[in-house]
Amino acid sequence: MSEPAAAPPVLELDRLTVRYGGVTAVRELSVEVRRGEIVGLIGPNGAGKSTTLHAIMGAVPVDDGDVRLSGRSVRGRAPESIARSGVALVPEGRRIFAELTVEENLRLGLSGRRGREGAEEAVEEVYGLFPVVREFGRRQAGALSGGQQQQLAIGRALVAGPDLLLLDEPSLGLAPRVVDVVFDALAEIRRAGITVLLVEQRAQRTVAFADRTYLMANGEVRLTLDPADADDTEAMVHAYLS
Amino acid sequence: MSGALVASVDAQTIVDAVGLGAVYALMAVGIGLVFGVLRLVNFAYGQIVMAGAYALAFTSQADWPTWAGIGMCFLVCVVLSALMDRLVFRPLRTQSPAVMLVTTFAVAFLLQNVALLIDVRDDTIGEPAASVASLNRAVTVWGVEIRKVSIVAVVVAVVALGLLALLLTRTRIGLQMRAAATDFGTARLLGVRANTVIGVAVLLSALLAGAVAVILTVQNPLVSPDFALKDTIIVLVGVVVGGIDRLWTAMLGGFAIGFVTGVINGALPTDKTVFLPSVVFLLVILVLVIRPEGLFARGRTSLVERL
Repeated sequence: MSEPAAAPPVLELDRLTVRYGGVTAVRELSVEVRRGEIVGLIGPNGAGKSTTLHAIMGAVPVDDGDVRLSGRSVRGRAPESIARSGVALVPEGRRIFAELTVEENLRLGLSGRRGREGAEEAVEEVYGLFPVVREFGRRQAGALSGGQQQQLAIGRALVAGPDLLLLDEPSLGLAPRVVDVVFDALAEIRRAGITVLLVEQRAQRTVAFADRTYLMANGEVRLTLDPADADDTEAMVHAYLS
Repeated sequence: MSGALVASVDAQTIVDAVGLGAVYALMAVGIGLVFGVLRLVNFAYGQIVMAGAYALAFTSQADWPTWAGIGMCFLVCVVLSALMDRLVFRPLRTQSPAVMLVTTFAVAFLLQNVALLIDVRDDTIGEPAASVASLNRAVTVWGVEIRKVSIVAVVVAVVALGLLALLLTRTRIGLQMRAAATDFGTARLLGVRANTVIGVAVLLSALLAGAVAVILTVQNPLVSPDFALKDTIIVLVGVVVGGIDRLWTAMLGGFAIGFVTGVINGALPTDKTVFLPSVVFLLVILVLVIRPEGLFARGRTSLVERL
C-alpha cells in the first residue's frame, strides 16, 4: 500500500537556522525525510548535526525557518510535547539513567507514547530485538557496557512507538565489533519500516547504509550522497576539508 | 562531665528526640522533593507550614470539628504551594539556583508579614489552636512517660515516607520523578512532562507540610508569624549535612539533626538551653569540615541546573 504522492514528509526542515550567541550553528538548512526512509547526516565536528537534532526536538530554540512533522509546525514547542507527537531521540552519549534499572530506563521511554495501549507489546518487541535488555532488566543501567547501554538507549526510543527516530552518533566510542551490533539493529529498524534520521561520524558506513546522506559543514549541506557514492571518498574528504 | 550528660538523657528525652527527628525528616523530604526536580531550595517551606498552622488555629477558634480543621490545614498548604509554584517558581525556572533561593527568601518574608497583618487584628500576636492540643498529653508506656504527639509524629513519618517510597518506586509518575531528579533534560526528551512532574512534587511536598503543621501545632499550640521558622532553618542545615541531592540522605540528615537537637536539649540543664543552637551548629561545622559532600552521601556529585 503506497502513500498518496501528496502526503507531507514525516520531517521537513525549512530553511532552519539556529544561532548560539553570535555563532550560526545551522544555516538555512532544508531537508526532507519521507515515510520509511533512512536519511544520514554526516560531517566534521561542529558542522551543526547534533544542533539540528536538538532543534527538531525543541531542546534548542529555532532562530529562523521551520520544523514540520507530517506537515505541522512544531517550532517553539516543548521537548516533551514533540516527543509525544511521535519523535524519539537516541541522544549522543546515550544519556542512560545510570542509577535506575535497565527495565526502568526502558519503561521511561513509554512516557513518549501517545496512548497506553500497545505498551507491553512494544516492550516485548524491544526484548526481541535486544535480548540483552531483557536479560539484564533488573541490573543498574550504569553497570552495562557501552554497547549494551546503546542497545538500551535505542530500545528506550523504540518503545515510544515513534513515527520518526533520530539517532545522534549511536556508534560513538564503541568498539568496532559493537558498532556492527548497532548497525545490525538499525537494519532491523529499517525492516520494521521506521523512518530514521541518522547523525554519524562514520561517513562511509552511513552513506552505504542510508537511502540518502547529507554531508554538512559549517551549518550547511555541502553534498547529497546516495549509497553508490560510498566508495567516492575523494568527494567526501574534499567536502570535509573545504 | 560526659557521665553526667549521659545520665541526664533519660528514655523520655530519647523518645521526644525521635519524635522531633521524625518531624524534621518529613520537612527534609518536603524540601528535598522540590529540590530534586527544580534544583530549588525553598526557604519559604516553613511559611507553608505556618499557614497550615494558622488554618488549624482559626478553625479551632471557630469551633470546627478537629478533622475539618486538619482538612483545612492540608488544603491551605496545598493551595499556597500551588500558587507559589505557578506565580513564583514557574516564571523563574530557567534562572540560576541563586536567583531562585533569594526569591524564596522574599516569599518567606512576604508570607510572614501577611500572617502578622492577619494575626494582630485582635491586638495580640499569636493564635491558640486548642482543638489539637489534647494530643500533647502523656501516656505511660513501660514506665516511660511519652507524649502522644511523639508517637503520632513517628507513626505519621513512617507511614507518609513509606507511601512516598512506594509511589516513587512502583508508579509511572514516581519513575518519571526519579528520572527528572537526575537528568531533567533527557527525561523531557523522552516525553516526561515537566509541569506534571514538578506539580506532583509540589503537591507531595505540600501534603508533608500539612502533616508537619499538625504535629508542630500540637507541640506548640500558640501559632505566631514566626511559627516553624527556626525549625525550617535547622532542617535546611540538616538537609545539607545529610546530602541534599538525594531524598533519603536529605531525610536522614533531617532526622539526625532533629534527634541530636532533641537529645542535647534534654541533656542541657534548664538554665543552659540557650546554648542549644551553639552546640548543634558546632556539630554541623564539624560534620561539614570532615564530610563536606554530606554525612550520608556516597560521593561528591555536582549540582547542576536542570531546566
